[in-house]
Amino acid sequence: MTGAPSDLLSELQLDALTELVNIGVSRAAASLREMVGSQVHLSVPNVSLETRSRAIGILAEREVSNLVAVHQVFEGDVAGRALLIFPEAKSLELVRAITGGDLPLEDIIELEQEALAETGNILLNSCLATIANMLQRSLRMSLPEVLRGNAATFFNLTPPPEGGDVVMFLFINFAVRERDISGYIAMIMDLPSLAALKQLLDEFIERATGETAHSIDDRT
Amino acid sequence: MSYKLMIVDDSKLARMSAAKALNALHPDWSRLEASNADEALSLAKQTAFDVALLDFNMPGRDGLELAAELLALRPSMPLAVVSANHQTEVVQRAREIGAVFLTKPLNEQALDAFLQDAIRRLKQAEA
Repeated sequence: MTGAPSDLLSELQLDALTELVNIGVSRAAASLREMVGSQVHLSVPNVSLETRSRAIGILAEREVSNLVAVHQVFEGDVAGRALLIFPEAKSLELVRAITGGDLPLEDIIELEQEALAETGNILLNSCLATIANMLQRSLRMSLPEVLRGNAATFFNLTPPPEGGDVVMFLFINFAVRERDISGYIAMIMDLPSLAALKQLLDEFIERATGETAHSIDDRT
Repeated sequence: MSYKLMIVDDSKLARMSAAKALNALHPDWSRLEASNADEALSLAKQTAFDVALLDFNMPGRDGLELAAELLALRPSMPLAVVSANHQTEVVQRAREIGAVFLTKPLNEQALDAFLQDAIRRLKQAEA
């Protein structure tokens, strides 16, 4: 792999991908609001493309405690793994925020797994379904699975592909009922999937703007 | 009669897509573009425009906050806030402020309906 992974996408391709993710997350906020019964604030301040080792480094640097993740595999023209990651301490906060009531700790612990899986499922599905629909492709998604561990555990679920892979890394702020929970969404793709994604993004840019991505790049 | 539309969105692609829809609907209209609320407000103080299309989810102040500030400058301006986040609270706040709520991704039909209504309001104000 040459250059920084962020160079693998042009500025406009990354802009388009960020816009698709933001639409997906905004739709997820509306769906989560139905589930929670109270306004949900969700925002994605930053999207970047990182190598697997850099993604592990960012998480290890920012989060010292154990992490919990909701993991789903996606397959189609673009294939990979999607993870919604929170620090373990925040995951109980998330359940409290979602259930709203003053449940005893034992009930919260009991509900944790289910609430995490459901929240992850809504968020990850919304992002992936929006990306798939707007890129006019279909993606198959596995059922959500809750994992516990650290960044290295989550990002090394399978041996890295020979050609290398990239991680689309998103910071996500989640707030409901005055509880603020920051987490991450990571989408791990191998390089053939990234090449397919680039092609699909160019087609999407052309449909959205009426111009080819290359003619826009040449002009800017 | 041609008017000037301000498009505010942190995504260049979203601005280009809105510009494409505007060109298809009203090729004679001109437009102004800004990528955040600060830029939009500073442009609003320097340049006249008639209608505004604001993204809700932007870094810094969101589209609803910007809408309120723009309406404080020009109370009768037709203005829409665009978002995929159609939570009741967001849609309601847009209405309370006096903005139209449009769903993202923005399509030509929805933009057309908003602009038709905007034209009607602008003509009424001129009369």
